[in-house]
Amino acid sequence: MAAPAEKMNSTEAMIAAHPMPATKGWSKAARGDALARLRAMGLPDRRDEYWKYTRPDSLTQTDAIPAAVLHNDEAPLFDGIERLKIVFVDGVFDAEASDDLSMEGVSIERLATSDSDLHWARDLYGTLEKSGQTPVDRPLAALNTACATDGVLIHVTGKTSKPVSLIYRHMSDTSDAFLHHCIKLDAGADLTVLENGPAAARFNKVMEIDIADGASFHHVRAQGRDHERRAATHIFARLGTESQFKSFTLTVNGQLTRNEAVIEITGDNASAHIAGACVGDGEFHHDDTVFITHDAVNCESRQVFKKVLRNGATGVFQGKILVKEGAQKTDGYQISQSLLLDDGSQFLAKPELEIYADDVACSHGSTSGAIDEDALFYLRARGVPKGVATDMLTLSFLAEAVDEIDSETLKEEMMARLESWLARRRG
Amino acid sequence: MLSIKNLNVKLEEEDKQILKGVNLEVEAGKVHAIMGPNGSGKSTLSYVLSGKDGYEVTEGSATLEGEDLLDMEPEERAAAGLFLAFQYPVEIPGVGNMTFLRTAVNAQRKARGEEEMSAAEFLKVVRAKAKDLKIDADMLKRPVNMGFSGGEKKRNEILQMAMLEPKMCILDETDSGLDVDAMKLVAEGVNALRSEGRGFLVITHYQRLLDHIKPDVVHIMADGRIVKTGGPELALEVENNGYADILAEVA
Repeated sequence: MAAPAEKMNSTEAMIAAHPMPATKGWSKAARGDALARLRAMGLPDRRDEYWKYTRPDSLTQTDAIPAAVLHNDEAPLFDGIERLKIVFVDGVFDAEASDDLSMEGVSIERLATSDSDLHWARDLYGTLEKSGQTPVDRPLAALNTACATDGVLIHVTGKTSKPVSLIYRHMSDTSDAFLHHCIKLDAGADLTVLENGPAAARFNKVMEIDIADGASFHHVRAQGRDHERRAATHIFARLGTESQFKSFTLTVNGQLTRNEAVIEITGDNASAHIAGACVGDGEFHHDDTVFITHDAVNCESRQVFKKVLRNGATGVFQGKILVKEGAQKTDGYQISQSLLLDDGSQFLAKPELEIYADDVACSHGSTSGAIDEDALFYLRARGVPKGVATDMLTLSFLAEAVDEIDSETLKEEMMARLESWLARRRG
Repeated sequence: MLSIKNLNVKLEEEDKQILKGVNLEVEAGKVHAIMGPNGSGKSTLSYVLSGKDGYEVTEGSATLEGEDLLDMEPEERAAAGLFLAFQYPVEIPGVGNMTFLRTAVNAQRKARGEEEMSAAEFLKVVRAKAKDLKIDADMLKRPVNMGFSGGEKKRNEILQMAMLEPKMCILDETDSGLDVDAMKLVAEGVNALRSEGRGFLVITHYQRLLDHIKPDVVHIMADGRIVKTGGPELALEVENNGYADILAEVA
């Protein structure tokens, strides 16, 4: 069925404003394919069920709404961690600020300058995005595949000694960035990817991750604190036998964030964990949309999302576990919780399970609550001022999501940063 | 030290008078005990003094060394030197016991304009005090009161009291849920803190805690008032005859 005319017009306007890069290289076919898919779907509007809780207008309008750059003097995130840095400024690769892209066990290239016709990424670019379009349309991801101007292509062949750190700086109030990353882990390989920074006034990012048998992928992300920035991000991951996927995202501030994760478990004995912690204040809308498909035996998946909302902020969680026929012994877990610090804030949750196998253990839960008054009084009665006590309880609430990070160093880094961000807001 | 005059308190939510004119003076260096049947208002008194929400003072006053307690936030009362050992210490997941204690100690010091305790100094002091109360390193590391037994929670309260060094300590049914050994340990912890400059108000149902923490003065509370005051022998009288006789006598 063709999309309605109004939808088509806005989609065509967007395509005209963000044309496919003039590449003759290997990505051309995938980009053309994605463009055709986008035209068939049309960009989302508020009538789409999948966008019931989040208005997509500012993400789908032709030009990005300007967003002021937040200036602060805090130490850059992950500063003390040995890592390979790749820097994008408003979506443009910054060679000066980036490290040399060579590293043992990994080949790293830029999407914009990889033009060999037999490139490995040809089999990945747009492939997982395309399969992630079923059963739910994800037009912003197709738009990204078609028009992404840059990104990194990471092929991991063995064990890596340090994380790859993607840093997204925001310098221009009007920037509109499209980045597309492809990450391929060979059998038994491992990689940790760190991401941080506000990226742009509007940021559309896709990350496709193909995890072969026995490989493991860790991902820790902190989205930038610029108050007015907007972002639509997608993770598409495919897991092979005995592979592991772990992702954690911290979001503090930002006017609108929609983080989608589409994870397909295709090999037996694999595990996929995804977690998120967010703190929203005022004009803040944060949406975690997760779709995990179990299509193999004896696999485990886990979703842990925690949101602290105040001054009228909105949090959304749409999480689904789909267990296909034959995916026996699946262990699926999903929890989404919000801490509402006032009456004006809201949390909208849509947890879903769809199960076609008969020998599985799946559970899900969702809660919304206010701060625990007894705990608050207990802390205050010991002399802890109300603001500090509220922050301690906020941290305590979020700690459960941060705890999902494997690395103690990264866990501590995230907790310390959260603590200082909360303290700054208090001051 | 602690001076309570004609304190009248009702519940905020419903029109129910709980305290009906409590008068009490606790001097520095003294241990006062309040005994009384269920529902007499003992716990309410401890909550009102420490600043818990939900109560409305309709008349009277409560001061600590002349400072008006009722006008202060709970944290200000703590910094002024008031400490309440909770009947039901609260479990707080995700907040480490040590972090909590150090934040509390330093928040109070800061509020009083004193120098904050360094991490190293704090660690040294807390380890020594924890050892006396048989609180092991694991309990210090765990989130506040999480997975603690009833006895461990009460010992943790006493550890907090020892670290915060308050002027006026209120113990709200600290003996509830404790076996004899645990009660002894808690009482030893309290007795170690008895000093000339510190006052205690021990709230309890039973006389047995008072075998271990010897009071100077015993009050009997009933129906929102202190109905009788005497020496330690009054606690024994309650133990032997129950409250009925005393209540009949004052009625």
